[in-house]
Amino acid sequence: MSFFETKHLTKSFGGLIAVNDLSFQVEKGEIYGLIGPNGSGKTTVFNLITGFYPITSGDVLFRGDRLNGIPTWKICKMGVGRTFQVVKPLRRMTVLDNVVTSAFNHTGDHHVAEKKAIEVLEFCELIKKRDFPAKGLTIGDRKRLEIARALATGPELLLLDETMAGLTPQEQAEGVELIRKIRDSGITIIIVEHIMQVIMKICDRILCINYGQEIASGYPAEVANNEAVIEAYLGKE
Amino acid sequence: MKSSLWPFLIVLALIALFPVAVTSEYYRHIFIISLMWVVIGSSWNLLAGYTGQVSFGHAIFFGTGAYTAGLCMTKLGISAWWGMLLGGPISLLVGLVIGWICFRLRGPYFALATIAIGEIFRLVTTDWRSLTEGMEGILIIQTFRSKLPYYYLAFGLAILCTFGIYRVMKSKWGYYFVAIREDQDVAEHIGISAFRYKSLSLMISSFFTGTAGAFYMNYMAFIDPHVVFSLHDISIMAILVAIIGGVGTMWGPAVGAFIMVWLQETFRSAFFGLMPRWVSEAHVLVFGLLVIFVIRYLANGIIGDWPKIKRLWSKDRELSYSSSGN
Amino acid sequence: MEVLIQTLVSGLLIGGIYALIGIGMSLIMGVMKIINLAHGQLMMVAMYITYVLFEALGLDPYFSLFIAMPCLFVLGALIQKFLLNPLLKVDSILPENQVLMTVGVGMVLTEVIRFIFHSDYKSVKTSYSSSAIYMGEISFNVPMVAAFGLALVLTAALFFFLLKTDLGKSVRATAQNTDAALLMGINAQWITVLTYGLGSALVAAAGTLLLPIYYLFPDIGGPFTLKAFVITMLGGMGSTVGAILGGIVLGIAESLGATYISMMLKDAVAMVIFLLVLIFLPGGLKTLTKV
Repeated sequence: MSFFETKHLTKSFGGLIAVNDLSFQVEKGEIYGLIGPNGSGKTTVFNLITGFYPITSGDVLFRGDRLNGIPTWKICKMGVGRTFQVVKPLRRMTVLDNVVTSAFNHTGDHHVAEKKAIEVLEFCELIKKRDFPAKGLTIGDRKRLEIARALATGPELLLLDETMAGLTPQEQAEGVELIRKIRDSGITIIIVEHIMQVIMKICDRILCINYGQEIASGYPAEVANNEAVIEAYLGKE
Repeated sequence: MKSSLWPFLIVLALIALFPVAVTSEYYRHIFIISLMWVVIGSSWNLLAGYTGQVSFGHAIFFGTGAYTAGLCMTKLGISAWWGMLLGGPISLLVGLVIGWICFRLRGPYFALATIAIGEIFRLVTTDWRSLTEGMEGILIIQTFRSKLPYYYLAFGLAILCTFGIYRVMKSKWGYYFVAIREDQDVAEHIGISAFRYKSLSLMISSFFTGTAGAFYMNYMAFIDPHVVFSLHDISIMAILVAIIGGVGTMWGPAVGAFIMVWLQETFRSAFFGLMPRWVSEAHVLVFGLLVIFVIRYLANGIIGDWPKIKRLWSKDRELSYSSSGN
Repeated sequence: MEVLIQTLVSGLLIGGIYALIGIGMSLIMGVMKIINLAHGQLMMVAMYITYVLFEALGLDPYFSLFIAMPCLFVLGALIQKFLLNPLLKVDSILPENQVLMTVGVGMVLTEVIRFIFHSDYKSVKTSYSSSAIYMGEISFNVPMVAAFGLALVLTAALFFFLLKTDLGKSVRATAQNTDAALLMGINAQWITVLTYGLGSALVAAAGTLLLPIYYLFPDIGGPFTLKAFVITMLGGMGSTVGAILGGIVLGIAESLGATYISMMLKDAVAMVIFLLVLIFLPGGLKTLTKV
């Protein structure tokens, strides 16, 4: 049994098939990359895993439990955290309160939640901004806040949706560092990313999809040299 | 911390001592009604201002509480004061059912559904004469001739309600409510059942509004469906109280309640008889203009935009300070 | 049987006017994504304009269409330009503050009219107010037939505008996707002003057409605002074709309700139907016909 797996996962919106018969396994402690051109269905896969969209057919299994049909908030309680591609800070709350809200996931005690939130903010190096209103953050800090908020829910599996997009090379390097740190703390990661250097550097294994279907999978070097992958990104000659 | 508590305690003491100092029944009445609106406005604010679910139907809960008290008297033959205990829980149950129906709708759709349910309550209670006496209404005999007991009851209820909401907002529930207001999708993704917490917010809100309704029955001694289930005079008034004081602020609805009730009375009585009579006909017009003004220029209400107001007010002094360097 | 047919006929005729109310609301909802809670109040203002023209100048209500509609167009456009559009720049806690603004506008309109005309009931009695044409046993009230006919003409004119003119196409584009419309160089602010003006003019027409068969008082706006969103909801939010369907359905339902259920509860029945549609058929009645 894998730590996390999907079996023949399929999603159609009306007639359009966004995810088509997708099966993959993620082992505990891995950083698993999910890549593909724009509109290939990566974010939809995340939305299916977290129960945000209902699954058309197929299964999602997390530590042997079937996630199909379980509401999003319960899936979060079971240990799946996620960030959003378009960052969604709780705008009128401070950075700290954003994270405290998440930290209430496994406790009802304000002090426990705040202590956990401060730990996470220190881990993500956002502690200096703790009293800033979330709507005033720079894009780099907003991405960090997304990660901090997901971490504070205490996940075992973290879904990162394009956390590097729009960052400067310097910020990207820091981001890579942070993701490695998260993995070293024992959290399994599935990451959707567009920036190839990032993906190749940090992923243990990669799955490439196009039109919602698997076109290649394996170790980074294998996928990078796969003809189907190159074709999907650059087009046919 | 301690120093910020002082002005608050002074205001409380002033309100507590007011009816001792002022013996005019009329002014005591205005204060009683204001305190009742503190309760309704704060309750609406918990659901709309903090949880983001704009209700146009708080008259449902007010009316349910009022009729619970009235029916205790007419149907059960017990004192209408039992309504003060029963009105809240029964409104809460009504709120639970309404939440179950309406919380699958978001934003303006939720608002529309609450208008529709409010109208259904008003029309059905008007038509169901065997239960409610229809438009003839329910008339009881006031227990106290003095206004003092009512005054302190309303005061106690207002304190209980605002303090209760204050405590809720400092707890996990409060964080969850605001998270749902800010972004319901995010809330779901960080482990919050939006449906459950919206229902909780509505339950607290409907409980206090219903208790206020039961108080109204006991104090005014007369209700009919068009008074207590009124879209304009209750549901929209609750919204006005909160937005004028400040949506999503702790003390905004309390401030808004006093402003609105005073304004209403000032105009209704044509500035206490000092102005020609036609002025009294303009009181709703003034409300409307006030709404337009507040939404346009003070979107966060008097409390929420207080820094902005202060800045405008002390602009001249600020200018002279800035010239001396900061 | 005759009673049923008679009921259906009156329902259909009034439904034509309701459709005009609904189309105006749908346009506003489609483009601005807000509920206009001043819709009925705008209609009430138009009715008073028509009333004044009739009383002071003896002008026929149908002729007043040419005056009431432009007046309300201007009023609506001004409301949008100076009261609703500026709110887009304000960061407020409640996203519904535009809707709350329309509540304020509705209150002011009602109270200004009450101030001028007081709360008395008024009506316009024309020579043809109570005349009817008979087809067998079924009677057709003349002003209702005229209103239905004019409502059809106005609806057709609106569709011509929306489908055939560049300006109309811009309105539809903005309704479908405001951001994309902006990118295409459409001035969305101006389109919203135009749309609110058009919506107001349409509901003004409905009010003017209703006047010979209805009575008038300042508080008439509120119930018609409720009707307007029932119609819009039945037809599917923001769909102009749906609004016609919704208007006719509401007209017939009300007419049946008044004949077969108590007069008092017929409004409650409309609200229950509305609630059911809102919750179970969020796309409106037209989703039933879609395969």
